[in-house]
Amino acid sequence: MAASGSKRPGFSRRARFGLFVGYVVAITGALIGLGLVLIAIFDPQGFASIRGATADVTAPVSASGRSAVQSGGRIDNYVANWWNAGQQNAELRAELRVARRRLIQARATELENSRLRALVGLLEGQSEPIATARLVNSSLTSARRTATLFAGRDRGVLPGQPVRAADGLVGRIIDSGNSASRVLLLTDRSNIVPVKLARDGTPAFTSGRGDGRVEVHSLEAGRRPFREGDILITSGTGGIYPPNIPVAVILDVFGDSALAAPFANPGSLDFAIVQPVYEPPENESTTNPDGAANPRESGSDSPETP
Amino acid sequence: MSRIVAADENLALVRAQLALIPAASVLFGSLLNLVPLVTQAPILPPMALMIFLGWRFLRPEIWPIWAGLPFGLFDDLLSGNLIGSGMLLWTVILIALDLAENRAMWRDYWIDWVVATAALIFYIIAAMALNSFAYGGWGLLPLLPQIVATILLFPIVLRLCARLDRRRLTL
Repeated sequence: MAASGSKRPGFSRRARFGLFVGYVVAITGALIGLGLVLIAIFDPQGFASIRGATADVTAPVSASGRSAVQSGGRIDNYVANWWNAGQQNAELRAELRVARRRLIQARATELENSRLRALVGLLEGQSEPIATARLVNSSLTSARRTATLFAGRDRGVLPGQPVRAADGLVGRIIDSGNSASRVLLLTDRSNIVPVKLARDGTPAFTSGRGDGRVEVHSLEAGRRPFREGDILITSGTGGIYPPNIPVAVILDVFGDSALAAPFANPGSLDFAIVQPVYEPPENESTTNPDGAANPRESGSDSPETP
Repeated sequence: MSRIVAADENLALVRAQLALIPAASVLFGSLLNLVPLVTQAPILPPMALMIFLGWRFLRPEIWPIWAGLPFGLFDDLLSGNLIGSGMLLWTVILIALDLAENRAMWRDYWIDWVVATAALIFYIIAAMALNSFAYGGWGLLPLLPQIVATILLFPIVLRLCARLDRRRLTL
């Protein structure tokens, strides 16, 4: 088929003028759009109120269908469990035996810990959760990984607060509306979380990959601190995220960086917990730069397997 | 046609409603972002833009040249991209299609498909680029599944638009 130019106005002066005005409006509008984008680039919090208000309007819509989708998403799990029941049973028994032993050890450690803590007089700021709510939807088309949390300023949720689940860290609040807010997920490419290895406390940081995994980078140049199966917990360095929240488990090691899978899967969460912004105590924040730059004693003793 | 509408004003009302089908379908595409799923990667193709372009290829005269502004803004609000990026990119795409069409000698199904695919990939990557300018986090790899889904889904969306178009023109 030969192409027919879409909008030939012919010789009508009026039609030509209408077409011209259309172009003027379109180009002006596109430039306004560009202006809005530039405002957002120079002031990322500029449109937070608009975004919050949008979340307010859209969250109830998504929330109504959320529970149905959630139970639907688990059907494959049920089927798989049924299929593997026998093998799983044996595995779980073995795991339980190990876990019981560890539990006793952990109890002993806990006792010792509390004794030592009392000795030092350290007051751990165990923060009360601000709100507990559902994640109702997420940015399905955008490259930014955000989710909508069905709790807003009316329950004290404000931008910057960390969000976690029972399993581990989920992300942090970026915009909050009146009754809903948006969460920047751990797996977003711009979300950087200071962590440490649960094994020896080696400092590192994770950054999202945008596909459900996170990358881990060591803060210590030239060392290869990661091993497969290592567990990462938040270090509390720099504030925002309180220390000792489980973050991810390392799947693959590439030199001094690694690939890790987050513990909390926002897709199957029942509830997410919003916590107050963590402020590191004075003495810790002053010693932090040294602690991050130098290998710690316990870290440097541990046998290295390059 | 078995349907006979008795009163003229009734017919006019139905016609007015049917005339809203294209715009309503694009808005519906934006509303798909509210599906209550929390995903770890962008998996849903930009449905609103696909429906918008579907109508554009079916009926080249259907959208005024500035139509990308309101639809793009609505999509920005729901998709989580930067506000204004849809206004900018949808209008750029529409103007580019207009220029290309006035220049093209030939047009068939496959050329349409290639052009639409190029426009959609441009949108996905440009929206990601604008996001990364504002917040950081450049990366093409996570977008690949979405791009593939977009390419494969566009013919289906086109067909859907054609079906809606037939419904629109029955009265």
